[in-house]
Amino acid sequence: MLVLTRKVGESIVIGDEIEITILETKGDQIKLGIKAPKDVDIHRKEIYENIQNENQQAVSQTVDIVQLLKK
Amino acid sequence: MSITMRDEGENRMILTTKYHGEMEVEESEIWEFSKGIPGFPEEKQFYLYLLVDNEIFSVLQSVSNKEVAFVVTNPFVFFSEYDFTLDENAVDFLQLENSIDVLTLVILTLGDTLSNSTANLQAPLIMNTKNKRAKQVILHDTNYQAKHPMTQTAKQGCQTC
Repeated sequence: MLVLTRKVGESIVIGDEIEITILETKGDQIKLGIKAPKDVDIHRKEIYENIQNENQQAVSQTVDIVQLLKK
Repeated sequence: MSITMRDEGENRMILTTKYHGEMEVEESEIWEFSKGIPGFPEEKQFYLYLLVDNEIFSVLQSVSNKEVAFVVTNPFVFFSEYDFTLDENAVDFLQLENSIDVLTLVILTLGDTLSNSTANLQAPLIMNTKNKRAKQVILHDTNYQAKHPMTQTAKQGCQTC
């Protein structure tokens, strides 16, 4: 992992199109501003992982869906 | 002069499904999830079909992988107050021009009964019926959960069945 030290108001760029700026720090919280092309999805990691896990659980269900969901 | 024999029908394909064996489907009915679905980045094409005798639940079946099939439903049947704003990135990605073109579905994680099942309201499936582009959109800054219980709402929903 590349490690860089930045101050508030400073940025890093990733490639030509992604820029991440440190906007504010408060205790152990850091507020980031992210500029990226519209087709790049940006998520909080734990939320993205939670959705991945939920999708995998949804697919691995083994119940008889026709029986369960009949009217 | 040459005569070319042409197939008058639509392009049809045989799809192997997880729950309902082989189905013959029209290629124009395939939904394009061009970025895949979180957890399943390789699955980019899906077929949506209603469960037999059931107007509320559908199956979203991966075209390339029989094992990947989601049970989905119209969230507004069960959660009448469900409400969110699509961000500009999603609107652009889906090339949405008109809100009436949107089909919104949510993925269910089923338990042994419907009351013990949950709906993923945090990450609805947004589908453009005009061009078949689709995406599971993860909502930012929302109180909706990935495991929203169907418990109290299941009964309400069935009154409108």
